[in-house]
Amino acid sequence: MAYKIIVSQCTACGACEFECPSAAIAMKRDAYIIDAAKCTECEGSFDKPQCASVCPVPKTCVPA
Amino acid sequence: MANLITLESLAAPASTADMRAKLEQSGCASSSCGSSTRPADMAPEIWDKVKDHPCYSEDAHHYFARMHVAVAPACNIQCNYCNRKYDCANESRPGVVSERLTPEQAVRKVVAVANTVPQLSVLGIAGPGDACYDWRKTRATFEEVAKRIPDIKLCLSTNGLALPDYIDEIASLNIDHVTVTINMIDPEIGTRIYPWVFFRNKRWTGLDASKILHERQMESLDLLAARKILIKVNSVMIPGVNDEHLIEVSRVVKAKGAFLHNVMPLISDPAHGTQFGLTGQRGPTAMELKALQDKLGDGAKLMRHCRQCRADAVGLLGEDRGQEFTMDKLPEEVAFDPARRDAYRAVVAESRGEHATTKAAADATLAAIETAPTVLVAVATKGGGRINQHFGHATEFQVFEVSPAGITLIGHRKVENYCQGGWGEDATLDGLIAALEGVSNVLCARIGSCPKDTLAAAGITASDAHAYDWIEAGIAAWYAAAYQTEIRLTA
Repeated sequence: MAYKIIVSQCTACGACEFECPSAAIAMKRDAYIIDAAKCTECEGSFDKPQCASVCPVPKTCVPA
Repeated sequence: MANLITLESLAAPASTADMRAKLEQSGCASSSCGSSTRPADMAPEIWDKVKDHPCYSEDAHHYFARMHVAVAPACNIQCNYCNRKYDCANESRPGVVSERLTPEQAVRKVVAVANTVPQLSVLGIAGPGDACYDWRKTRATFEEVAKRIPDIKLCLSTNGLALPDYIDEIASLNIDHVTVTINMIDPEIGTRIYPWVFFRNKRWTGLDASKILHERQMESLDLLAARKILIKVNSVMIPGVNDEHLIEVSRVVKAKGAFLHNVMPLISDPAHGTQFGLTGQRGPTAMELKALQDKLGDGAKLMRHCRQCRADAVGLLGEDRGQEFTMDKLPEEVAFDPARRDAYRAVVAESRGEHATTKAAADATLAAIETAPTVLVAVATKGGGRINQHFGHATEFQVFEVSPAGITLIGHRKVENYCQGGWGEDATLDGLIAALEGVSNVLCARIGSCPKDTLAAAGITASDAHAYDWIEAGIAAWYAAAYQTEIRLTA
């Protein structure tokens, strides 16, 4: 139960890191990575995963 | 041409005495000119805020430079004219950057630029995402820069969706210029511009998205106006979508206290990968843009000198020195040194007085001409308010409307650099002639006979007879020569 970021399409804008209620997203080297152990898919916090909702690039922040 | 003053000579390392000496060679006892360049219809307290801001004052844009630092990459809305996936050092349009900065890196860059570019008066944060949505980074940057360089003006550019949440912090940071991009006041029209907005932890689409954005934008204007923060409204003119509607937008935003309305042409190219680029939505022609701006009227409140710069631009409007100041070229430690900035400001204050006197003289020359047409004149300039660029080196021309009623800057036209290593290329000249649509005369520092003949064949006269003159003086002299003679001949 986690989301992942397709790094090759990511613009690294960081909006997902900003919105994540679980602090599961961080910049590692030059790319944002979702820590699957921390990701809750926003269950219990929001209706929809915040990272995918705010991501500006289609099909880039997706279920792992 | 021994008595010319170029902006480079003013900006180059030099003592105040050297700068003054250069001014005095100009033939004007400039220290005695001293007249104010404040427009007659502008309140003194507003003039104080805008007189050194190149984006808010047309007069200031001849002398002062801005820089943007790209610290705010995240955005809370999607616009059909924006795609931040690609960055290219050779592209110039909003939302494009080559290098994102942390607030700490940004501060280092601002101090380094302030030490090197004495014209720098404004630090703006315009993204490349949204400066208010990515607020923590915007705030951290502004706080630290204000401590290091107390006289720099802070400004930010936003879509307004997140602004109401931070209005008190914006006011307490002394950010006294805010630009809000407003493309519609009718959410139905918004549905054709904004596919979605992210607000209160939810992605909204369709009419809901545009309704939310519209309400927050109107609220932003009210909050800014209540705190007496100067508001500029930017609108992107999208033919067939919001072009006529912008007349209504202009009326509403001015009623809500916007100081300036800046209508910009849509930049649309399939290669940019924007929704509009991919669907073939075209941008307006230069003359379509002018026709709309003319309808919006109210000259003092309409910005005509916008260059739609990148979110990491550095320099005078129309030039971009960003590539000189990439992080790898900056020293690890930089200390702010105000000496050159102070010297430059003293010189500019004198120069502006002279410029104002010249403008008044130009107006008098024009007013003395009884019947003459309204024409457009394109000027090649490197800044400083002078006709000081070679035709072949120009990457843009400033366009002035000239009639016996006076001289008004109405915009600029970007062109391909025509001269490449001394050899102009005919294909580029064709593009340049197209870009000068509606223009009847070109004034520049120098032009060869070959391009001059080609322009003449296209019905455009070109002259370097007024090289290094003040722009207004050169235009008035050319106009008087062209039309007074005509009157005499026909009389």
